[in-house]
Amino acid sequence: MTQHNRAKSDAFVPSGQIQFGVFFQGVNSGTIWKAAESGSQTDFESFRRIAQTAERGLFAAFFLGEGLRLREHLGRPHALDVVGRPDAQTMLAALASLTKNIGLVATQNTTYNDPADLAHRLASLDLISGGRAAWNIVTTDNAWTGANFRRGGYLDHADRYKHAEAFVETAKRIWDSWETPAGPAHRVLHEGQHYTVDVTPRLPRSAQYRPVLFQAGDSPEGRNFAARQADVIFSAHPKFDDAVEFRKDLVERSLTAGRGANAVQIMPASEFILAPTAAEAAEKKEWVRSLQIGPQQAVAYLEQFWGRELQSYDPDGPLPEIDPVVEETSETRGSGFHGAKARQLADQWRAEAKDKGLSIRQFVTSKTARIDATFTGSYIAVADQLAEYARVGAVDGFNISPWLIPTGLDDIVNHLVPELQERGVYPTEYRGNTLRDHLGLETPVRTADTAAEVVTA
Amino acid sequence: MSTSSPRQAGFLAIELDGAGWAGADIARAVLAAESAGFHAATFTDAPVPGRANALQRAAFAGPVSRTIALVPEVDTVYTEPFHVSTQLASLDYVAGGRAGWIATAAESPEAAAAVGRSSVAGAALGQEAAASIEVSRRLWDSWEDDAVIRDVATGRYIDVDKLHHVDFETPAGFAGAGYSVKGPSIIPRPLQGQLPVLVPAFLLGVVSPDAVDGVLVSAPAAELLTAEIRDVRARVGASVAVVAELDVVLDARGQAAAGRVAGIDSGRAVYAGSAAGLTDFLTELLKEADGVRLHPASLAVDLEELGRLVLPELRRRGALRPVVQDGTLRDLLGLQRPVSRYATATAAHAAAAPPALESKGKP
Ligand SMILES: Cc1cc2nc3c(=O)[nH]c(=O)nc-3n(C[C@H](O)[C@H](O)[C@H](O)COP(=O)(O)O)c2cc1C
Repeated sequence: MTQHNRAKSDAFVPSGQIQFGVFFQGVNSGTIWKAAESGSQTDFESFRRIAQTAERGLFAAFFLGEGLRLREHLGRPHALDVVGRPDAQTMLAALASLTKNIGLVATQNTTYNDPADLAHRLASLDLISGGRAAWNIVTTDNAWTGANFRRGGYLDHADRYKHAEAFVETAKRIWDSWETPAGPAHRVLHEGQHYTVDVTPRLPRSAQYRPVLFQAGDSPEGRNFAARQADVIFSAHPKFDDAVEFRKDLVERSLTAGRGANAVQIMPASEFILAPTAAEAAEKKEWVRSLQIGPQQAVAYLEQFWGRELQSYDPDGPLPEIDPVVEETSETRGSGFHGAKARQLADQWRAEAKDKGLSIRQFVTSKTARIDATFTGSYIAVADQLAEYARVGAVDGFNISPWLIPTGLDDIVNHLVPELQERGVYPTEYRGNTLRDHLGLETPVRTADTAAEVVTA
Repeated sequence: MSTSSPRQAGFLAIELDGAGWAGADIARAVLAAESAGFHAATFTDAPVPGRANALQRAAFAGPVSRTIALVPEVDTVYTEPFHVSTQLASLDYVAGGRAGWIATAAESPEAAAAVGRSSVAGAALGQEAAASIEVSRRLWDSWEDDAVIRDVATGRYIDVDKLHHVDFETPAGFAGAGYSVKGPSIIPRPLQGQLPVLVPAFLLGVVSPDAVDGVLVSAPAAELLTAEIRDVRARVGASVAVVAELDVVLDARGQAAAGRVAGIDSGRAVYAGSAAGLTDFLTELLKEADGVRLHPASLAVDLEELGRLVLPELRRRGALRPVVQDGTLRDLLGLQRPVSRYATATAAHAAAAPPALESKGKP
């Protein structure tokens, strides 16, 4: 069955295939920097090595995240995290010159950008790369991040997806504005609650028509937004049952949005710890975790939620009896704390740790390091596991966060990919020249000539 | 050099706008410019149909070139200073320290409408540029060079004492909507510490010469350039590079330049004629200016003639600085790598470090 028929169908049809993307993490605590083989997180050489290895492994896409303010810990940048990341689109434009096929996905925020400017830069990346650009749409908003921008934290949390939707609609109209590759361009006008756009777009459509749209965000509003607008969801649900459930949920939302059951693909975040045998993989996992969550990391993790210094507590002892500083949210605690009430959370965690007999370090390890997102095992066993995902269509692929830079994809490309190819669930060549080709996405239909009308939202 | 002037020989930049947006064409143009011996490639960004983002074109050129400096124009008025700063720092990473910034502030009602702002004009343009440059420079300094420590014993990846909030506020009397930027940057300090910043001469006055490393000088006709250069030089002093803007149309492929010159109306000085005549003109011009930025009428046609006939002869005459393999743009401009303005000089540190530098990092 062709991709076209899949997308139009009201019934979900598994593609039977797995695609890989690589998520080169920026600020995070999961990338190991203490091992002898750990390279730089910011040197271009690391990005080149990862992107070229991924392309050798026929990965569909290379992803870069975004965070527009450094996470802070007790009022200062967090000393224990891997911090510092270059600008996504600038890096991807550079990587476009060293790669031929792999998709280039920039995570870009709708709250701290101007639609005309962002749409132009994404169109630019798309043309420079020959039709390989994508936008991972995120909506993270808070006044704390806004402090780095002219407009500040002007957006109510409740409004962020409404704002994002108007933003994306405007971007699509900008990309659609050229009637043919030679023009003419239609003026795009938008008058909204948060911004006004009046622009005659400068760039024509690319080889893949327009950048592919990814969405990352998990709330019901986020999922509905993705069901209406996105080509692919970068989800947080890699565990099998969870992934199947998420697929079901998304298919329903896509149908409600008037798109086919297969219109939106799903690529969860994931981590792979692989070895020739199960025993070696288990041992490797221990090693990886011990380097991800050292004693200081464990205590500092709790400090984020407690909002106070806990250095006097033994990382191998129980969770602190002392209560957290009670505030709903705290700017200095960064996004980790959002939405939770400090004392309630502390009580809950103390009970859980006591119940399971976990030390601070063991407890934090159980809470972090993408526990749910990790595939551990022999190459063969993990390939079998992924083939089952492909068979039922639990996901369309995985977005892999390597825990080692720049060699963290080597075993996946050298050993896991061939196993998957042998099982017939992984591409053996790039399907075409554009990211849309690799993913088997349909060419979008050009929105009719509404271009010159003012759209208000 | 045949002149008694103490200045060293000059440099040549070429504007690569005509290369288009396709990656292969950008790569071809930048490599042709590099092998012709140009010191720098610039990428214009005024909003015209068919022009891709300048900074991205420069970034694409980064990994495929070795020695040529890559200098995009980036607007300061309708762009977010925080984004501009991190994008330029990233460019320096992908270009191995060869990046620079032509900070532009053009009066553009279209650009204003595109981002839903009221139009900025007159002296307010200079204020926007000055603020944006200051934000970028502070953010570039906001990570000291040795902020990433990767200290296994303590588990610390960074030394938080070496990361700094920049706490920028637009100054009192700022014509546009005032704003603040908190910082620190989200990317470590650029490879060059500070990217060299160039501005068009019309912004001087509001933008202080102390805030920039180079000035682009325009004149309405070639004969008027020397006087303009001297005038600007007198205003900025010896430590700021003075770069002349020149449109170039050469006799080429059996066609006289005069036949190709029609339709050029950039407001810049134009040289139209033979390669030999241009060589003589540039020899004289480079006695006055530190560098010249050439805008070829046709990138393909004129770049070929420049590389074949003009640059070799200028080099033979000693009018050009040597191209430094693996050099930075700061090296080309004769600028030292500055210490971060926020550097916390401990005793041991102070002994080893160069003397304290002023805000833009020049001795
Ligand atoms: C897998 C995944 C990756 C994400 N990556 C980023 C990122 O790189 N930058 C960012 O600002 N937000 C990122 N987000 C956060 C989302 O943009 C969103 O703000 C957040 O999930 C809250 O939205 P929600 O309430 O819809 O879940 C990511 C979210 C998910 C699920």
